[in-house]
Amino acid sequence: MLGQQIINGVMLGSVYAMVAVALTLSIGVLNFLNFSIPGLFMIAGMAAWALIHAGVAWPLAILAALAITAAVSLVVERFTWRWLRGAEPFVPLVSSMAFLLLFEHLAIAWWGSEMRVLPPLFAGTDWRIGGFVIGLPQLAGLAISIASIFGLSLLLKRTSMGRSLRTIAEDSDTALLLGVDVNRLVPVVFALAGLFAAIAGVLFALNYRQVQPFMGEAVGLKGISAMIVGGMGNTWGAVAGGLIIGIAEVLSVGYVGANFVDISVFGLLLLILVVRPTGLFAGLPAGRGGI
Amino acid sequence: MSGYLEGILVLLAVNVVFAYGAFLPVAAGQLNLGLAGFAAIGAYSSAYLSNAYAIDPTFAILFGGIAAGAIALIVAVPVLRTRGIYLALATFAVGQIVQATLLNLEVVGGAAGYPVTAFIRLPTIAAFATGVVVFVALLFATRFGIAVTAVHDDERVADLMGLNTRAFQIAAFTLGSVIAGIGGGLYAHHFSFIEAQYFNIGLSITIVLYVLLGGTQTVLGPLLGAAVFTLLPELLRGSANWRYVLFAAAVIILMALRPQGLLTGEQIRRLLGVDRQGRSALSREPAA
Repeated sequence: MLGQQIINGVMLGSVYAMVAVALTLSIGVLNFLNFSIPGLFMIAGMAAWALIHAGVAWPLAILAALAITAAVSLVVERFTWRWLRGAEPFVPLVSSMAFLLLFEHLAIAWWGSEMRVLPPLFAGTDWRIGGFVIGLPQLAGLAISIASIFGLSLLLKRTSMGRSLRTIAEDSDTALLLGVDVNRLVPVVFALAGLFAAIAGVLFALNYRQVQPFMGEAVGLKGISAMIVGGMGNTWGAVAGGLIIGIAEVLSVGYVGANFVDISVFGLLLLILVVRPTGLFAGLPAGRGGI
Repeated sequence: MSGYLEGILVLLAVNVVFAYGAFLPVAAGQLNLGLAGFAAIGAYSSAYLSNAYAIDPTFAILFGGIAAGAIALIVAVPVLRTRGIYLALATFAVGQIVQATLLNLEVVGGAAGYPVTAFIRLPTIAAFATGVVVFVALLFATRFGIAVTAVHDDERVADLMGLNTRAFQIAAFTLGSVIAGIGGGLYAHHFSFIEAQYFNIGLSITIVLYVLLGGTQTVLGPLLGAAVFTLLPELLRGSANWRYVLFAAAVIILMALRPQGLLTGEQIRRLLGVDRQGRSALSREPAA
């Protein structure tokens, strides 16, 4: 029972981790809390459902959902980061909140507000190992999450683009002076963040087989918590934070009662913000993004 | 007056009160994303007082505001240690904890919601809203307003000039929460039923949007923002869903074209014919 709970918690946690990585990338490089990410998560999930529902083959539907979401994230970049760089620090944050509201209500206008159910694409592929049940999409999802986060950290550490991004994270004005093409690289950050949110959304849709326009909110809030637990701007911290929150949530639903999940998760969040705002794993001072 | 019109005007008045609750911390450079939580504390405590002890709604609402302020003061001391985005997230966490706690509090109905027996009409609510607007306008005509603006514009310089920046931040946060609590009490006693689900992060965000859209440089900005974005959707009719779409699109476009909000200090000064040194109860120096 406990083992199965932990397996389920890890699966849920890997979705949170992907959302947290998307958020932490924005914060780490741009110092921008991008509230549109829960909306992008929802767009990916709903688009995957809509395409599969319309009869598109599932691998194609998944790829299309990822591409659509990354493209939408570039639209968000135009209206939040690019235009508002000189404005008050919380103006981009406010615009990204408006994008979340916009996406949710456009999705309702387009697809309706009811819960949509995906067909069981992978029925009968559950593995039973020593009494534990592990779904194939869950396992594949976990592998894809780990692989893409590993890829991201390679990109940031080893490539010249990664070095430029880390320069922007350090100080975007200095980066500009040193010849880094900030206007060309910032869209890359948004596309990557959109892609991570999209992978999370598609995995969520395939694993839990339920999507609806407000699906991003709860997951997004947990993703924010995971990001803070792991330390803002810290990619692997976000992964650890996602797994901690996912396991804690599944265990508290199982043993304490679903009602107390939010109190414990957000209480933990508040405690960390007040006592150790850099998160559990970061060695960096608060407000400075390291990746 | 038709019930429809009264409903809209009540909503307008409550939104104006909420907007000033969000304006005070914003004026001091803080983003309070937990405002709905403080509104909920005001709503539930005032409703409990008028339900259980038959206290006159007017006093119950004021007590509700004080209760919200008391919790805010307790929370402010640790939470305001954090800065910028961390502060916004800490207030957000406070709002979520309040909502989750109320959902589990059986004394006030838990997840099923809480009916309120006492009922107040538009005149009382409008009087409260006017009182809040006048109070904040007067407050910003005093040294308090100048000090808070200084803390907002440059905290370090304000500190060097001998201002107790922390005290002003705590005061702005707490006073804003008192006002939000009063707004919650007004809402509870007019709509006769409250549920914790209403006081969610979406409400906090919407209220903050009213303030930023109206403009944070003058005390009239929140009034304009709340009025425009409560009344405009009513004029457009259409389904509630498309109203949200339009509201969100308006926010995005307005923030892109006019990030300082609809109303700025400079405009008001020009309108009143006072120069930057001229004393005016309505104007504050624009942000650097």
